Amino acid sequence: MARAKKMADKIISLMYKPDTIRNIGIVAHIDHGKTTLSDNLLAGAGMISEELAGKQLYLDFDSQEQERGITISAANVSMVHDYKDGEYLINLIDTPGHVDFGGDVTRAMRAVDGVVVVIDAVEGVMPQTETVLRQALKEKVKPILFVNKVDRLIKELEVTSEQMQERLLKVITEVNKLIKGMNPEKYKEWKLDVAAGSVAFGSALYNWAVSVPSMKDTGIGFKEVYDYIQEDKSKELAKKSPLYKVILDMVIRHLPSPVQAQEERVGVIWSGDMQSKEGQSMAKCDPNGPVILMITKIVADIHAGEIAVGRLFSGTLKPGTELNIVDRKVRNRIQTTGLFMGPKRIDVPEIPAGNIVALVGLKDAVAGSTCTTLEEFEPFELIVHISEPVVTMAIEAKNPRDLPKLIEVLRAIAKEDPTLQVTLNEETGEHLLSGMGELHLEVKVEKIRRERGLEIVTSPPIVVFRETVTRLSPAVEGKSPNKHNRFYITVEPLEPEVVRLFKQGEVSMRMDKKERRRILQEAGLSKEEAVGIQEYYEGNIFCDVTKGIQYLNETMELILEGFREAMRAGPLAREPVMSLKAKLVDCKLHEDAIHRGPAQVIPAVRSAIFAAILQADATLLEPYQKVFITVPQESLGNVTREIQGRRGQVLEMKQDGDLVTVIAKAPVKEMFGFAGDIRSATAGKAFWSVEHAGFESVPQGVLEEFVMEVRKRKGLKMEIPTPEYFLS
Amino acid sequence: MLIFIGMGLWDEKDISVKGFEYAKKADEVYIEFYTSRMMGTDLERIENLIGRRITVLERSDLEENSKKLIEKAISGDIAVLVPGDPMIATTHSVINLEARLRGVKVKIIHNASIFTAICGLTGLHNYRFGKSVSISYPHGNTVSKSPLNVIQENWSINAHTLLFLDLHPEPMSINEAIEILLQADEENILNGCYSVGVARAGSSNPVIRCDRLENLKKIDFGKPLHILIILSKKIHFTEYDCLKEFAGSPEELRYFVI
Ligand SMILES: Nc1nc2c(ncn2[C@@H]2O[C@H](COP(=O)(O)OP(=O)(O)O)[C@@H](O)[C@H]2O)c(=O)[nH]1
Ligand SMILES: [Mg+2]
Repeated sequence: MARAKKMADKIISLMYKPDTIRNIGIVAHIDHGKTTLSDNLLAGAGMISEELAGKQLYLDFDSQEQERGITISAANVSMVHDYKDGEYLINLIDTPGHVDFGGDVTRAMRAVDGVVVVIDAVEGVMPQTETVLRQALKEKVKPILFVNKVDRLIKELEVTSEQMQERLLKVITEVNKLIKGMNPEKYKEWKLDVAAGSVAFGSALYNWAVSVPSMKDTGIGFKEVYDYIQEDKSKELAKKSPLYKVILDMVIRHLPSPVQAQEERVGVIWSGDMQSKEGQSMAKCDPNGPVILMITKIVADIHAGEIAVGRLFSGTLKPGTELNIVDRKVRNRIQTTGLFMGPKRIDVPEIPAGNIVALVGLKDAVAGSTCTTLEEFEPFELIVHISEPVVTMAIEAKNPRDLPKLIEVLRAIAKEDPTLQVTLNEETGEHLLSGMGELHLEVKVEKIRRERGLEIVTSPPIVVFRETVTRLSPAVEGKSPNKHNRFYITVEPLEPEVVRLFKQGEVSMRMDKKERRRILQEAGLSKEEAVGIQEYYEGNIFCDVTKGIQYLNETMELILEGFREAMRAGPLAREPVMSLKAKLVDCKLHEDAIHRGPAQVIPAVRSAIFAAILQADATLLEPYQKVFITVPQESLGNVTREIQGRRGQVLEMKQDGDLVTVIAKAPVKEMFGFAGDIRSATAGKAFWSVEHAGFESVPQGVLEEFVMEVRKRKGLKMEIPTPEYFLS
Repeated sequence: MLIFIGMGLWDEKDISVKGFEYAKKADEVYIEFYTSRMMGTDLERIENLIGRRITVLERSDLEENSKKLIEKAISGDIAVLVPGDPMIATTHSVINLEARLRGVKVKIIHNASIFTAICGLTGLHNYRFGKSVSISYPHGNTVSKSPLNVIQENWSINAHTLLFLDLHPEPMSINEAIEILLQADEENILNGCYSVGVARAGSSNPVIRCDRLENLKKIDFGKPLHILIILSKKIHFTEYDCLKEFAGSPEELRYFVI
């Protein structure tokens, strides 16, 4: 206990010296060893006992995480490390690697200035490695590398010392290639360099690591490592060249402090004026400036209720401070300010800029919120979610009495995890929970059962389709109910590059108009479309290509509301619309504003868009997954059978010794229950992971069947509506 | 036959004898309070007077579902009671046209409308009004510019402007209307202009006040309905005399007399 107190005191004194702070994340493909590494870093830094580390999976403190053996929510810890003649405070965020939890990774990336990329020496660069690396570089977060599980190379693959070095260098070359491709400007500065020490090798499980600088200190190099492992003397190796020291030294040497990082990063994540007072205060990480904070995660705590975790870019936080939650337009008062130590929070009287903070009292904040003491403030760029919900499940309280509690719980978990969508189906009274995959939803449902003690009934998972069009529609006339207004609208497929630019945040409706126009024209929009774009909404755009229509300006917000309504649920099966370009080509507006209010404009625009969609060869898109399965040769036949039985397609096969890795692609709809089936098909010998592979048209032959399946489930009329239906 | 019956301005007793008789005889009787309201009465009192059950029509019954109403009028006599004069609201003129195009006979029984009432209440000359226009509640941050455009157009021909105030979700007050107008008026064209506010036309206690727009904003006009007039830049001397007498207009209004 005394030790814990001492540690807390150290953390408190270090948080005032931003030069000695490092805010870092650890990212990796699933199972490459993030959690093991985090645990052992904590143990090494004296935050948990050494015996427990590696067994306890300290960061996986959610009991489900331990059972499933995966990390589900990013948790935060602070630790102290001695480097050369000083002490450093390291704030560490553990991030999940499973594809179903992509949202957490993206948000965590906002709060950190550098990441340790962990790669399994045996498996090498994997799809998720690429994804997390891309996210880091996009956010200007500097990467360094830890090549893990080197023990496996020696013990399992029985490579020679030379082969070992070759393999390790190959991993580095591959990662460098990725960095160069993703961020050519930064490559020069951020290129991984063994000699400079921005790469380390080792074993998170057995607690040792080496790097070129550490070799100079300890005399332990590749040859020594090889010998120690051969002789089964990992424990000794861990004493001579301990994991935590090598890694944390590398972090302190190569990853930037908040003062160094904010100067450059604030401009990437904030579109306000860098020369303004608040811009300068953030760039300088000034504790005396206004409070400017970004919330990256909301975690539920049994004792304290909701805790908002975030990165403080400027100012000093104290209990009692009232913050303006910019995106929600409300003010909340902070009750307590704290830091994390493992799953525990320690309350501190105040926290200055540069730290990762845990706050009680911000009841209206959500992950992604911008909070400040300023009245007016440009909110941080939205956190870009690269993946979007593709699977839905209906959820009901077993006991109708629990309904209010269920609603409350659903609202709370949606707040904790913005990649989760909760919708109430008014007709059926059912609650729908939509997320990134089957596993994502299962975990959340389990959480409701266990932590909140609610008995609930769920439907089997259902895939969420998208509606889209495959050609240009004629111009469709939509009349307002009072017949005083007319809107002429066409729809057509939207250029994929345009969708990508908006999704990745490279183009936004908030950016400079001229610049946006230039980029969009390059991406394939015509000049008049690029000039007339009014809205981007969930993978669709609306362009006004009319000229000189009086009062159109003041009616546009209502027109866009009609557009958004249409995009939220399309005409085929009331599924979300995607990849559509709607164009207003002409319109007639009543002079008097009272005759063109919401009740007139919104339905007119929505109906026109629906009728246009139905005249543009509308179809359904379904989400696909890429599946990576590694199995012993003898199970290969069973694996390909399992894939082909699911409308899947084998893309590639790679042989490595006795193992074969199959890369395949299959619709998510057919992948439900894959976990169980592949286990029995391979006697449990398969290792597999999935990654989102975007949306593709459903086969023409099953289109109607799928549409009717959805319509039936939603209690809609069992026929596809005609364009006339919307134009009466 | 489709029979539109004007109900007049204030209470159930404003209906004309002819309107009353048609309503009594019709096969079905409907009423609508969407385009205007009758603040001096309620549905029950109207039903009692006519001695019939009356169905209230919603916006959608008059607009997207107007076909249903017209179809009923093919075989029976359908009476639609409308506050004020029935054809002032464009909603009804659209139904009128649709019905006639379908070969359905339409009968209109006229009544007083706010258009006629304001001449009596304020003394302004009917022929000196230009286009009228509505002030609607803003949607989000957008306030419509159309009232300002219409006021300017009318000024250019030296005409008054009658401004109808939004009824939905709640009848707008003169104070709110002026607030909205001033918000839209980025170029300050309304600065110093004179206006007249009228509350509860047709009742036994109407309020009529004439003053500069910014002063009118501070006056409590009491219960709805309210209506607002922006005066033309020049007024006739008899209009001046009436406003002074009926609406307590300030002395300096005389500088605007032709
Ligand atoms: N042999 C070996 N196994 C390791 C090493 N690091 C982690 N593991 C194992 O790899 C599995 C996944 O580790 P974990 O830390 O949960 O990975 P995460 O999914 O990236 O968090 C666990 O069974 C670990 O024990 C290592 O250095 N060597
Ligand atoms: Mg883990």
